[in-house]
Amino acid sequence: MLKVVEIDHLTIEYPDVKAIDDVSFTVNQGDFLGIIGPNGAGKSTLFASMLSLNTKYKGTIKFFGTDIRKSRNYLKEIGYVPQKPIFEKNFPATVNDVVKMGLQKESDESKIDEILQQLWIHELSKKRIGELSGGQQQRVFIAKALVNNPKVLILDEPVTGIDQQSIDLFYSILKELNSKQNITIIWSSHDLDAVNKLANHVACLNRTLFFHGESDDFFSNDDLVKQYSEASMQEHMHHH
Amino acid sequence: MTFEIFTFSFMHRAIISGIAIAILCSIVGLFLVLRRYSLFGDAIAHSSFGGIALGLMAGIYPLWTAYGVSIVSALIMTRIKDRFNISGDASIAVLLSSGIAVGLVIIGLSGGFTLDIFSFLFGSILLVSVNDTILILSLTGIILIVILLLYRQLLYSTFNEEQAKVSGVPVEKINYLIVFMAGITVVTSIQLVGVLLISALFVIPNVTAIMYGRGFKQTAIISMSFSIFSVVAGILISYIFDITPAGTIVLFAIGIFACTMGIKSTGLLSRHN
Repeated sequence: MLKVVEIDHLTIEYPDVKAIDDVSFTVNQGDFLGIIGPNGAGKSTLFASMLSLNTKYKGTIKFFGTDIRKSRNYLKEIGYVPQKPIFEKNFPATVNDVVKMGLQKESDESKIDEILQQLWIHELSKKRIGELSGGQQQRVFIAKALVNNPKVLILDEPVTGIDQQSIDLFYSILKELNSKQNITIIWSSHDLDAVNKLANHVACLNRTLFFHGESDDFFSNDDLVKQYSEASMQEHMHHH
Repeated sequence: MTFEIFTFSFMHRAIISGIAIAILCSIVGLFLVLRRYSLFGDAIAHSSFGGIALGLMAGIYPLWTAYGVSIVSALIMTRIKDRFNISGDASIAVLLSSGIAVGLVIIGLSGGFTLDIFSFLFGSILLVSVNDTILILSLTGIILIVILLLYRQLLYSTFNEEQAKVSGVPVEKINYLIVFMAGITVVTSIQLVGVLLISALFVIPNVTAIMYGRGFKQTAIISMSFSIFSVVAGILISYIFDITPAGTIVLFAIGIFACTMGIKSTGLLSRHN
């Protein structure tokens, strides 16, 4: 099995706190990994390091067998969908403009129409991105992430603030990308039910990794689920 | 007299240079406006004032010293802003006031204001020479080629820096490139509208064009069209009525902005497709 990501003894320290503490795990090609954890568990921090946005960490992160400190070429193989993309509401960019931004080679423009159709946003292609609903915007960002035929899709809590109908459509798209196109998916989420339905692997993160393995092993183990829920609840109370 | 003005060679030079500057300011300004850097042009213009004063004192052609001082100070300010985490508007204020301060001190040392300083403060498009026109056209051509070549990177890093970084766009280098291009554009445009009104050409046609709800390329074309119209109409009308071209150009731009707001408030600008 081809190893797509190997994270080895990753520690990320801020002046007053360890955001990630000695985390190690591997993601194989074709995995659909759900990373779950409460707010402040370090999910976004982990992604920032995996995407080379943060380079101040201890340990190693390898993509396709190469240390990402040595080469950033791996980024060409990755599609990234952020939590809530920040842009000016009246930014003069159409859906087509936004998807095209992700395109590495100008020559692949025909790919844009194909992907917009696949994600059911073809009719919106001339609309400005700021005019769309949250769910539609998120599909545009998936389209942008997919336009270079990535081997890995990384999604950071992509459905925050989106209506249920759009979420369901979004999840069915992810499932199809993973099963039909064999795209490895690494996805962080709060939603245990959704992770249970979609992911075949689970990483349970709360600064340290307290579970990583097959999704069925996690969800069939009531103790683990309870432990996660309690930790999550405590963190929730702490934040409120 | 109305048609006679088209026969003057100084008018040809003014209109050709004016159109080139209009195109340049509107495209470089669009990136600045979208980065919430609307007043950056103003800050560079004010720092160029220090450069102009330096040139006049040293007996060097003032625009050359203005290019040097404004580009270098804008790049240094950008570096300081990133390094010490100073907000964009504060860094603009620092750049703006230090340029004027340096200029005033140099003018004081060299014996007070001269007529030359006024032409740089308020523009003197009718006085552009053949060499000035060639320089303006060449710089416009070079900057437009750079923008066309790096279009995706410029647009992407303006839209969302983080995502652009993940897609492999060298965001920091692109930011410096924009500052560099803004420096060249501002100093090149000083001859048209002067130091004091430069940011009008950067900002007004772009905020007007953005209201039309189009994509990036169409917005850029709308902005350029408004800018060209304001510049050409401003130059002609100001000559006919013997008023200042800089002020007339900016008033035309403001007029289009006001009309667009009027049309938008009636709901006629909402998109149907």
